[in-house]
Amino acid sequence: MLEARQLQFGFRSNVPLLETLSLRLEHGEWLGLSGNSGAGKSTLGKLLAGLLTPQHGDVYVDNKPLTQRGLRPVQWLAQSPELAVNPRWRVGKTLREAWTPSDALIQDFGIRRDWLERLPNALSGGELQRICVLRALAPGVRYLIADEISTMLDPITQVELWQALKQHARHHQLGVLVISHDAALLERLCTRRVHLAGGVLN
Amino acid sequence: MSAQPRFAAAAYCGLFFMLLAILASSAWWLGNSPSQMQFDARLMPPSTSHWLGTDALGRELWARTVAGLRLSFWVGLSAALLGTAIALTLAAVATLSTTLNAIISLLIDTLLSVPHLILLLLIAFALGGGTQAVIIAVAFTHWPSLTRVLRAELLTVRQAPYVAISQGFGKRRGFILVHHLLPHVFPHCIVGALLLFPHAILHEAALTFLGVGLDPSQPAIGVLLADAMRYLTAGYWWLGVFPGLGLLLMVLCIDRLAFHLRRAL
Repeated sequence: MLEARQLQFGFRSNVPLLETLSLRLEHGEWLGLSGNSGAGKSTLGKLLAGLLTPQHGDVYVDNKPLTQRGLRPVQWLAQSPELAVNPRWRVGKTLREAWTPSDALIQDFGIRRDWLERLPNALSGGELQRICVLRALAPGVRYLIADEISTMLDPITQVELWQALKQHARHHQLGVLVISHDAALLERLCTRRVHLAGGVLN
Repeated sequence: MSAQPRFAAAAYCGLFFMLLAILASSAWWLGNSPSQMQFDARLMPPSTSHWLGTDALGRELWARTVAGLRLSFWVGLSAALLGTAIALTLAAVATLSTTLNAIISLLIDTLLSVPHLILLLLIAFALGGGTQAVIIAVAFTHWPSLTRVLRAELLTVRQAPYVAISQGFGKRRGFILVHHLLPHVFPHCIVGALLLFPHAILHEAALTFLGVGLDPSQPAIGVLLADAMRYLTAGYWWLGVFPGLGLLLMVLCIDRLAFHLRRAL
């Protein structure tokens, strides 16, 4: 279970963005997080993945504080994949930075082998996003924070990406937090939904 | 559009390396003519038999100028490379922690607030002069501005999401520094070294001219210019003009190369 206990965070110390916020994500659960722009959805996602440090409270994985060393069991997926990969690395190297997926899995995600030899600027956003999603599925990862990962994709690519992810998540009992503005998307993907407004969840 | 600056840079690189080859091989084709004295041809003006004239001891000025440029080139190259190495190391160290970053920023500000030439003179004097002292003095006074650029660049890349993601995969700071951060600033380093180069050559000449640089018996540009000082007022203009012109051309040449590389990279 991924658990946020009494999280408090603000970019300026006297203006808290999130106030004593608690959240639970079970194994294999798909939880939807919605909220207006600037409500702190992405910030909450980054806190859960350990990319930001809360001012108060902590994030726990199976009742142990989230580790900063080694592979983190919570992985964050960015909205813009172009920023999530080193522009100087070939895509194959980027993928292998985390782990070496099997050929079957690479095919499941609709990734063509020749993409792996290219630089990120020679791939489209959708193609790059599949690489980023697959990269985050390294063995040992148990929770994913999917921060608007399909917003900039066309509908067909969206469906393909979510289907591949859904299949893999079911197989490995991954807990997934889907952050999105799109109520219909959350409705279809998630078993439970929460709304972030004014720094609190409801 | 992007091919054009690269083409210009490649052309300049080719030209530069050709000149470099001529300069580097000059030790072989000049023989001992830079120090060969001809007492029947002292202080001869430029003519067909003495291309750039001769000095007070009857030595050929063109040979001495070429030999001086060669020496200046090596001193400049060594100083520029050493200075860049110092800059890169300090910039890399600054990214490791906020305390180190603060210390290095302070160091940069301190060095930038001291006039260049005074520090150069002090270091060169303390080290007792000579080629090594000049190289060390120039390198140790010219790293701050490049360090500041590299540090800022590294700190920006460190904030990139892919670096945070790499940390999330359990990569250590050393791995991230070597694989993500340093390759990003490599082009900056090349351009930085090339821009440092003319500075280093000019300061080497200045130090030698002031008498704390290279050995006066060596045909360095600074030595030639210092020697020329005594004869300029007597009308022996070629002693000062040609070595100075040679130095100016070399510095301009490297500066152009750096300009084109900066546009291309």
